[in-house]
Amino acid sequence: MTNSRLLSIIRKEFVQIARDPRTLVLALIIPVVQLFLLGYAANNDVRNIPLAIYDQDRGPTARALIDAYRAADYFKLAYDVDSEAELRTLIENGDARAGLIIPADYSLQIKSGSSAQVAFILDGSDPTAASTALAAAQFIGQAHATAIMSERLQQKGQTAALTLPVDVRTQVWYNPDLASAYFMVPGLTGMILQTLTSILTASAVVRERERGTIEQLIVTPIRPWELLLGKLLPYTILALVNTFEVLVIGSLWFNVPVRGDLFQIALVSGLFLVTGLGIGLLASTIANTQQEAILTVWMTLLPSIFLSGFFFPLEAMPRFLQVISYAIPLRYYLVAIRSLMLKGVGIESLQPQIIPLIIFGLLIMSAAALRFKKRLD
Amino acid sequence: MDMIEAKHLSRAFGKAHRPWAKQSPDALRAVDDVSLRVAAGEIYGLVGPDGAGKTTFIRLLCNAIRADAGEATIAGYSAARQPELARAQIGYLSQRFSLYEELTVLENLRFFAEVRGLPAQEWKPRCHEILAFVGLDEFGSRRAKLLSGGMKQKLGLAAALVHRPRVLLLDEPTTGVDPLTRQDFWQLIIRLVSDAEHGVAVLVSTPYMDEASRCGRIGLLHHGHLLTEGTPTQLRATLQGRVLELAGTPLRALRRIAEQDVGVEDVQMFGDRLHLRVKPGAGDDVISRLRAPAAPLQVTRLRSVPPQLEDVFIALTAEVAAMPTTEGK
Amino acid sequence: MSTVILADNLTRRFGDFTAVDHVSFEAQTGEVLGYLGPNGSGKTTTIRMLLGLIRPTEGRAEVMGFDVQHDTERLRRQCGYMSQKFALYDELTVWENLTFYAGVYGVNERARLNETLKWVGLVGQEKTRTTALSSGWRQRLALAIAFIHRPRLLFLDEPTSGVDPTARRMFWDLIYALAEEGVTVLVTTHYMDEAEYCGRVGIMRAGKLLAMDTPSNLKAKALPGRAWDVFAEPLLKSLAVLEATPGVTRAGLSGDHLRAITLPGVDVNALHAALGAAGVTVAAVDAVEPSLEDVFLALAG
Repeated sequence: MTNSRLLSIIRKEFVQIARDPRTLVLALIIPVVQLFLLGYAANNDVRNIPLAIYDQDRGPTARALIDAYRAADYFKLAYDVDSEAELRTLIENGDARAGLIIPADYSLQIKSGSSAQVAFILDGSDPTAASTALAAAQFIGQAHATAIMSERLQQKGQTAALTLPVDVRTQVWYNPDLASAYFMVPGLTGMILQTLTSILTASAVVRERERGTIEQLIVTPIRPWELLLGKLLPYTILALVNTFEVLVIGSLWFNVPVRGDLFQIALVSGLFLVTGLGIGLLASTIANTQQEAILTVWMTLLPSIFLSGFFFPLEAMPRFLQVISYAIPLRYYLVAIRSLMLKGVGIESLQPQIIPLIIFGLLIMSAAALRFKKRLD
Repeated sequence: MDMIEAKHLSRAFGKAHRPWAKQSPDALRAVDDVSLRVAAGEIYGLVGPDGAGKTTFIRLLCNAIRADAGEATIAGYSAARQPELARAQIGYLSQRFSLYEELTVLENLRFFAEVRGLPAQEWKPRCHEILAFVGLDEFGSRRAKLLSGGMKQKLGLAAALVHRPRVLLLDEPTTGVDPLTRQDFWQLIIRLVSDAEHGVAVLVSTPYMDEASRCGRIGLLHHGHLLTEGTPTQLRATLQGRVLELAGTPLRALRRIAEQDVGVEDVQMFGDRLHLRVKPGAGDDVISRLRAPAAPLQVTRLRSVPPQLEDVFIALTAEVAAMPTTEGK
Repeated sequence: MSTVILADNLTRRFGDFTAVDHVSFEAQTGEVLGYLGPNGSGKTTTIRMLLGLIRPTEGRAEVMGFDVQHDTERLRRQCGYMSQKFALYDELTVWENLTFYAGVYGVNERARLNETLKWVGLVGQEKTRTTALSSGWRQRLALAIAFIHRPRLLFLDEPTSGVDPTARRMFWDLIYALAEEGVTVLVTTHYMDEAEYCGRVGIMRAGKLLAMDTPSNLKAKALPGRAWDVFAEPLLKSLAVLEATPGVTRAGLSGDHLRAITLPGVDVNALHAALGAAGVTVAAVDAVEPSLEDVFLALAG
């Protein structure tokens, strides 16, 4: 038997959404704008750091060191200066972010077989960039030193090239270029699923209260679950459209690989969606106006953004924040969606994420359903 | 002297307001060629249902919106060309008088006095004076939130009067208000206009005939047109002898008979009785025809009653077919 | 005739505020029962308790034989409710609003929908958005929605606020037609004149039901004396004189004249004499029908 009450609600919600083109367009455009903003602006990649060089040696040996820095993408040789003071000024006013000082006796020291000292100066005011640059500077320096060492040994007549006792070869999997977009795009689907659905759901329910239509609905034979489901379904579909939108733009524009099974991605997203819808519903049972509803949803948003590992790695957080992060559903979704998309792993290995998501969904939905009574007091 | 003068005021919304657009039937003439005058010391009731154009008319008087045609003058100042001078003469009390609930009575008044540009040395004595007038002088330090509905309304009136306006515009001031409060409120308004020295002109808009009946003069507004003007007594006199009251059993059968009578223009049921509007001069004939219906019908009462303002309004609008309109608010 | 609504000491408090204070009354099949009172007097709260939308703090009520607290769903199915705000969806057309509520009530016959639309006179307006309707037509659509499932009892909360007198009369004709078919109607209003349309009227003030009777009986019982319109100048002085005249129970300003309520023994000559002695110019003293507002003031004062 078809449920005419449920169908009526769903049909009405769709007509309302369609007749409110401004909200619909916003709901469809916001994810795209967010994606481009985060894809480009929130870029943690460190490239082309302007480097100022004070080369007091001016010899070919020193040139070889500079070339080693030039060869890596990390630095851009922006300035060639003639005094330490000049270099300091450039870094102080932000024109250069790093400086390399090569002493006048650099070639001499190398030639004599002793250890030559070079100074590398970094602007640490942006710690993220600085730490990457620091690692790069050290790595380039050491590689160059190893090369010189190996040359010296050869000159001393040793036939075999230098073999380091431990040779650490790093390999970056899944995101070999360490591109931020790889990290951001899957995260963004989670953000959008939670934000947009909870705000839209909350205001759709509260709007009925503001206009007084809820009172009329309560006196009809409609059951609470029918009203809830009928309200939620259209927004579920809208949210899945948003997810799809982000995935398509992410993979076509930002070249983020989608290695996992699309069906499984939809499944996990749908599961997380239940939480987003539940937050919206719960907010709507607390709020009396749309403004209140949106602010209530907003309250859940900030912890989700900062404590889920969306921007900042959880491992770097203080212990108590890490503990709190276990109560953030987005945390589990992010791990799951990143694994699905970037690693292409199957749903079967994501149980530690999927089980908490099911629990959160059930808890939030039942809390909302319990509060959503067919009464006004 | 006329404190409010409206000459052929018109204002349309929708396509008709844009002269380059093709005239369309759904463009709404919210106010259509309305002329009226309100003298100092007079209470004028602008009566009409929601959407009749009352609010638009008041906004035109305040120059809150521009008139398409016509002119409004407030205490001698043109509403359109001298809006600041004209507005300085206006006190306005809307249906939901906007008070700051967190502020005390005196703080509220001080705010409205200062906004109206009353100098520092003047606002305090004036606030006490106006509070005494509305009977709130004991409550100066009470939070507005803790006032009863009637007291809030009086505070709203005090705020509208604090800058001594010569024109007071009241938008549905006593809709849904307790009749005791309403009685108090109207006593204040009547006292205000009775003060010969200051001579305030009051314009009240209302959808309710019983409120209108308290005004000195009424204008009936319908679809933006001013249908008629006059004192309540004059207006009621136009239907004198044309409204009959009929009681009896069974009422519904009696109603059908009354509706078929040639002298009856309109029949309205009121619970346990009917009101009939009869053609001019047909009253006695109708009474003699309907007095003794065939058994088992029985008429227990049939007599001429004083017409109400509502009867007048309905008679005047009877020719306007009850067509669904595209009126917005 | 059977009892459709039975309210027994219904009481509802919100914190310290008593919105409805021990209200008891009954309504019979086919009655048009008015519930008259100013805003905030407890009318809407009473209706909401009768529909099980809010719980009574004290007392009980039965509607259509069902207890309002325990049989809420069953009683709601037999009731229609038109709330103050006219619960219409502005984005939807007339027809979409109607079919939506019909679907919710499980009414699927198109004939029934057309019949209902015809009944309220909205045929031809099916595709109009409800925002484009004037308040009189919104009101009728709201009535159609409240009646779509053919309830035996209708609750109408302030159905005619702001609609023009002609539309109001048409609306009342619809209500009378329903009552003729045996539908019981409970209608609230803050509009004193409108209560005259009702068979019986309950008068609410500050949560208390002061009286409930036919308009004629209310006038006869609550106002044992007579009502007068006094036209005299100057107005304020005349008012003071009337207030001081023995036998005048109430005097008040009423626009360009005064309204006085007196004890039964007082006649025209007595009023003329009192006013004349004070040096007031009397144009006319007319005996008039008391209004329900006079009744309200007499009961409240």
